[in-house]
Amino acid sequence: MTGYLEGVFVLLAINIILAYGAFLPMAAGQLNLGVAGFVAMGAYIAAYLSNEYAWTPLAAALAASIATAAIAFVVAFPILRTRGIYLALATFALGQVVQATILNLNVVGGASGYPVSTFLGGGMVGAVALAVVIVVIALFHTRLGISLTAVSDDEIAADMMGLSVRWLQTVAFTLGSAVAALGGALYAHHFSFVEAQNFGIMASLYIVLYVLLGGTQTVWGPILGAAVFTLLPELLRGSASWRYVIFACLIIAVMVFRPQGVVTTGMLRRLLDVCRPRALPQGGK
Amino acid sequence: MTMASPILELEGVSKNFGGLKVIDNLSFKVMPAERVALIGPNGAGKTTAFNLITDLYRVDSGRIVLDGRDITTVPSRKRIGLGIARSFQNIRLMPHLTVLENVMIGQSAHNASALAMFQPVNLFPGNRWRVHAREALGAAGLGQYALETTGALPYGIQKRIELVRALLSEPRILLLDEPAAGLNPSETEELRQQLNETSRRGVTLIVVEHDMHFIGAFCQRVVVLNFGCKIAECSPHEAQADPLVREAYLGSDEELGQTHAA
Ligand SMILES: Nc1ncnc2c1ncn2[C@@H]1O[C@H](COP(=O)(O)OP(=O)(O)O)[C@@H](O)[C@H]1O
Ligand SMILES: [Mg+2]
Repeated sequence: MTGYLEGVFVLLAINIILAYGAFLPMAAGQLNLGVAGFVAMGAYIAAYLSNEYAWTPLAAALAASIATAAIAFVVAFPILRTRGIYLALATFALGQVVQATILNLNVVGGASGYPVSTFLGGGMVGAVALAVVIVVIALFHTRLGISLTAVSDDEIAADMMGLSVRWLQTVAFTLGSAVAALGGALYAHHFSFVEAQNFGIMASLYIVLYVLLGGTQTVWGPILGAAVFTLLPELLRGSASWRYVIFACLIIAVMVFRPQGVVTTGMLRRLLDVCRPRALPQGGK
Repeated sequence: MTMASPILELEGVSKNFGGLKVIDNLSFKVMPAERVALIGPNGAGKTTAFNLITDLYRVDSGRIVLDGRDITTVPSRKRIGLGIARSFQNIRLMPHLTVLENVMIGQSAHNASALAMFQPVNLFPGNRWRVHAREALGAAGLGQYALETTGALPYGIQKRIELVRALLSEPRILLLDEPAAGLNPSETEELRQQLNETSRRGVTLIVVEHDMHFIGAFCQRVVVLNFGCKIAECSPHEAQADPLVREAYLGSDEELGQTHAA
């Protein structure tokens, strides 16, 4: 693989992981506009463990992911008391707090950034991304998956059916933060340098857009969204400075004509129907 | 527990909404396996009574007693686990889940633990919860819709799916809010058979319904509400003759004794 292609491939792998970090809470009906804050936590905690304690990149990434999950779990309690637009604002503020804190933390370089001493190759980043995709997809085929969708569809009916809405939302938020942190840790170890400026609201918005564009209804949406966001700007490289304009117009077009995202449950079902012989109707009329 | 003690008891239950007394000192008892109708003109408080029994709204005063146990402060999501399941007047299925997934949500009452969340219900076709839900749909004559998206199905089908979802929680008391509304006569007949079967298995049924023909054929007893107060408690036949009940329906847009339009 050439260096350029490998760079794009690694970005794609990391972006898919980040997309799942935003997707998990979104599947339970929560917009997390502070997701980049959790990516930053993962990146910095993992980098710190590698630099200061000579942990191997994978062990550091795993530990950072778990530590971030613990933090997310604790902040979930006040944050998830809010709803809708207020929840989005609360998570946005949380992301800002994380970013500002890192900028003021001199042990990790503050505003001048933080070099990472160990390196993780593209192959390993891809392998971890694949593992994340498999785990999340499997998870969404369990009772948890349908319960999260139930909560995002109708919280009151879900509660009446015996589901603990708060608990499910906390789980989704915590798991999503752990996944986002894992993506951040891989990023830090592959690119060998992190700076807080990269983990602001723009990063959160991009990650959330991957999911919105791909579709929040199915577990496949985030992959498509991350792929489009990573690959399309590269493909449009020819049109130089106009590529972001073209790209932005494409995003608007999707949001206008397909607000539910590109991949929807209905679309998947129709695709499956085409590939599968129609089952004979059973029972009833 | 002897057969003579009620399974559900409302004791002086009241509920206000912004100063308006929507349920006013309501008391009634329901015996195990009984089929009771809750009737009254529009706005009488029937749906609110169900919302209080299921804790969608918490009572302002009074007690709700299940099997002799005071459950007034038991939170909403735990009541279905105690055996109180319901359907909604305006169907509340999950539009983004398939029919099969929707009815599997009905199994949550007994599968809401952290461990149960890992049941691979959509990973293996042979998963026992999935198979069980499929059988329940089949028994209700809805097997062919199992993999369809719920939001797009006709109203009558959705009403019956909601009933299957409630049944999969293995309720002891089933609260049905206008189950026959919007159904055509043949669908109403299928519903009546389904409810008969449910009743035979010992499930207590409390039904809000306007179709007096349906109530007369199906319920043993009616509780009549008007402006949040109980104005009668008698057999369906007696209710139709009761002057207070007739008066309550006067001037309302419905008629007592109406049978469902074909
Ligand atoms: N959440 C609520 N807030 C305010 N008023 C309500 C609410 N729910 C019901 N009501 C009022 O309570 C009264 C009874 O409503 P409801 O129980 O739905 O009647 P029914 O089911 O008998 O037709 C109505 O006047 C209705 O407007
Ligand atoms: Mg009503």
